Amino acid sequence: MKQLATFIRKEFYHMFRDRKTLLILFGLPIAQILLFGFALTNEIKNSRIVVCDYAKCGISRQLTEKFAANNNFIVEEALLSHHQIEDAFRSGRIKLAVVFPLDFEDDYQHLNQAHVQLIADATDPNTANMLTAYATNIIMEYQNLSLPYQINTETRMIYNPELKGAINFVPGVMALVLMLVCVMMTSASIVREKEYGTMEVLLVSPLNPFMLIISKAIPYLLLSLVNLIVIILLSITLLGVPVNGSLLLLFLISILFIITALSLGLLISNVAQTQQTAILVSLIGLMVPTILFTGFTFPLENMPVVLQWLANIVPAKWYYTIVKSIMIKGLGFGAIWKETLVLAVMTCLLLMISFKKFKVRLE
Amino acid sequence: MQKDIVIQVNNLTKCFGDFTAVDTISFEVYRGEVFGFLGANGAGKTTAMRMLCGLSTPTSGEAAIAGYDVYRQTENIKKSIGYMSQKFSLYEDLTVAENIKLFGGIYGLTNQEIKEKSAQLTGRLYMNDQRHKMVGSLPLGWKQKLAFSIAIIHQPKIVFLDEPTGGVDPVTRRQFWNLIYDAAAQGITVFITTHYMDEAEYCNRISMMVDGKIKALDSPSNLKRQFSSGSMYEVFLRLARGAQRTSD
Amino acid sequence: MKSIVIENISKTYDQGEVKALKGVSFKVGQGELFGLIGPDGAGKTTLFRILTTLLLADSGDAMVDGLEVMTAYKKIRRRIGYMPGRFSLYQDLSVEENLNLFASLSGTSVAENYDLIRDIYVHIEPFKKRRAGQLSGGMKQKLALCCALIHRPRVLFLDEPTTGVDAVSRQEFWEMLKRLKEQGITILVSTPYMDEATLCDRIALIQSGEILSIDTPQGIVEKYRGNLYAVKSTDIGRLIHDMQDAANIRSCYAFGEFLHVSFERDNATAHQKLDKYLKDKGHSDVVFRQITPGVEDCFIDLMNE
Repeated sequence: MKQLATFIRKEFYHMFRDRKTLLILFGLPIAQILLFGFALTNEIKNSRIVVCDYAKCGISRQLTEKFAANNNFIVEEALLSHHQIEDAFRSGRIKLAVVFPLDFEDDYQHLNQAHVQLIADATDPNTANMLTAYATNIIMEYQNLSLPYQINTETRMIYNPELKGAINFVPGVMALVLMLVCVMMTSASIVREKEYGTMEVLLVSPLNPFMLIISKAIPYLLLSLVNLIVIILLSITLLGVPVNGSLLLLFLISILFIITALSLGLLISNVAQTQQTAILVSLIGLMVPTILFTGFTFPLENMPVVLQWLANIVPAKWYYTIVKSIMIKGLGFGAIWKETLVLAVMTCLLLMISFKKFKVRLE
Repeated sequence: MQKDIVIQVNNLTKCFGDFTAVDTISFEVYRGEVFGFLGANGAGKTTAMRMLCGLSTPTSGEAAIAGYDVYRQTENIKKSIGYMSQKFSLYEDLTVAENIKLFGGIYGLTNQEIKEKSAQLTGRLYMNDQRHKMVGSLPLGWKQKLAFSIAIIHQPKIVFLDEPTGGVDPVTRRQFWNLIYDAAAQGITVFITTHYMDEAEYCNRISMMVDGKIKALDSPSNLKRQFSSGSMYEVFLRLARGAQRTSD
Repeated sequence: MKSIVIENISKTYDQGEVKALKGVSFKVGQGELFGLIGPDGAGKTTLFRILTTLLLADSGDAMVDGLEVMTAYKKIRRRIGYMPGRFSLYQDLSVEENLNLFASLSGTSVAENYDLIRDIYVHIEPFKKRRAGQLSGGMKQKLALCCALIHRPRVLFLDEPTTGVDAVSRQEFWEMLKRLKEQGITILVSTPYMDEATLCDRIALIQSGEILSIDTPQGIVEKYRGNLYAVKSTDIGRLIHDMQDAANIRSCYAFGEFLHVSFERDNATAHQKLDKYLKDKGHSDVVFRQITPGVEDCFIDLMNE
């Protein structure tokens, strides 16, 4: 046990003394989140919307004023019919339309509930999602403060109704960063020992190879978890993307995925002889598939069947699906057990192969 | 002996922060001379050599290499010198012929010249059959002989050799020295560092560096007389034992 | 019992393209300081890696401390210390951290075996907080030796520990090895420096994967064929050229300030003829005297055989 502790401490020394790498490791996720976040919030702050008020009642007017007062929205104009809405969207300047139906007043007076329709331009699904969420918030806030009735929002995404291709980049960034940190850093740190010749001494020593692997894995697992926390905190505070499901479940699944990535890194380190090779293989062999095949940049459904099939062997795809379910949809373990099982089986297989392949000799 | 001065060094100093790696060294090296530049690890040899090759700017002092100033005319210096080290000299993944062509090209030789030199060079090293072999597959001694021949392919005024014979077998090591003598006979000045003390005896003159300073400079026989030692090894031990500093 | 037994070990690389070792055999006794002397590419490192269980030989058998290298590698790894050719230290860890790490590798502590390394460690202790990457060659070498010794190995493998290290540090290093030997540790050390051979109990000369000779340094020298002479004149450069054209010469090569010369047929007439030949060529102050050959002379002779 003491041996393991010394070894883990050594890995931390390596890590903290290599300031540049450390900076990249922590800087990268923050930069990614900030970049995405900045681009998005900027867009949302200046979003032009239109209001189509068929009801023309007191509440609809007050709500319209609320929209106008909110600094996320600029109410462009009040329209009279649905046709005009379509024209407004086509002009490309309008991101969201709020429609108060003719029976709005009737409904809340007699049925105690009414509907507001939110129509969003979903060609940019991220923005569309954010905007409808904001709009819904405004309506809810107003209702909670002053009304005995319930106003339901009915969201319609036009142009890309199922929001294919992207829901949110946060799960994507999580998958990416975990891949990057775990695969690249573990493989590079093992291969570095080969390059510097320290691996020879380690192999000749009575140190159990299993111990060596564990001591490499633990520091990067911890580092990845720190990264994960940073990403989640940033996404909650800065981007307003909440974790709707269980935080504990999210972390457990993430640890599973980190182990998957670590075993991949281990496999790469078996093959690579130089750090450059290790980093290149990690980047091209794993980062690219992660970006392409998880579906957070390009909709998987639009890809050829062969590629869709190929995507199934990319662990990040399964992790991404699970994280989306937990974070965005707020689903529990019951809904994700299948994906989790796939990921777990993959991890076991990879771990087995990499332990088996770990060379107790040179060459 | 001709006394054309090709390397003139005057109070040359290099500091890194408050550490003086090279401490006011002065010496002259003549045309066609084999000049041994000796010293323990960390005595400042590498730093001094870098300054002379125009790779590092001195903190103070003066030095002229082949008549060019080490502060302002480094480009001219690079054209008039050859350089070879134990660690890097040739591209292992290029063939013998390709390496010759590459370095010939770098030093601005015409295609015709490269062709002639290439034939001459491989002929003299008995390497005609190896022309199209990867340099990486050659034995170390051959590589080093080839690297030296390529380092002087452009007939430089001076060639700097940094531990060129480390790890080379004793027979090839002597063949290497024959190449050095041939080059010196052609008027090329050879500036060499080595850890083999018997090789120190092959030099015309030797400088001994200790703690950044040149502690002794003379012909091997005069040095042995001066320190009443039987071999250069003893001279070296006597001088280096007094060293204070241990860092590279 | 012999500490190291090597029988007919062969090893090739690249599907037999490169023959690194061609049937090497020798034995090293308990507590012996055994030197493997040869240039780069002779196969020294390959042999070390086979003995330290890092490589498998193509054929042949080897035992270290009574254990088979192929099968008992785990046990062997507990009993040996190994210092590879490149200084295998963590450059970004301090002297102290390196030493503690290697101690815990073998489940021991620095305090437990401090007596074994004390003599060596005192040289580097003043710099114990310094990163290994910032040490000089000689100090790195001492630290690497401490790291290889810290678990009190029975057999110590040192692959070219003195390469690239200056003459002073080299001498200190050999003195340390002698003291370790006195503690009963078997030491197999390789070096390309022929002058270090005399410091070993026994040596094996190795070239191109083959053992040229095995004996005590004294024995190797005694086996030298015929007599060896040192020749010198005022112009050594011209002397080398003229000697190449001289008759009845078996070998002639530069050695320090002299040329070392041996004859095909060695007798008084041959000496007179050479003297006359050199005078005719205009050499003055010719020195000619018989000398005892060194290990390097023997090596050159065996290479040319």
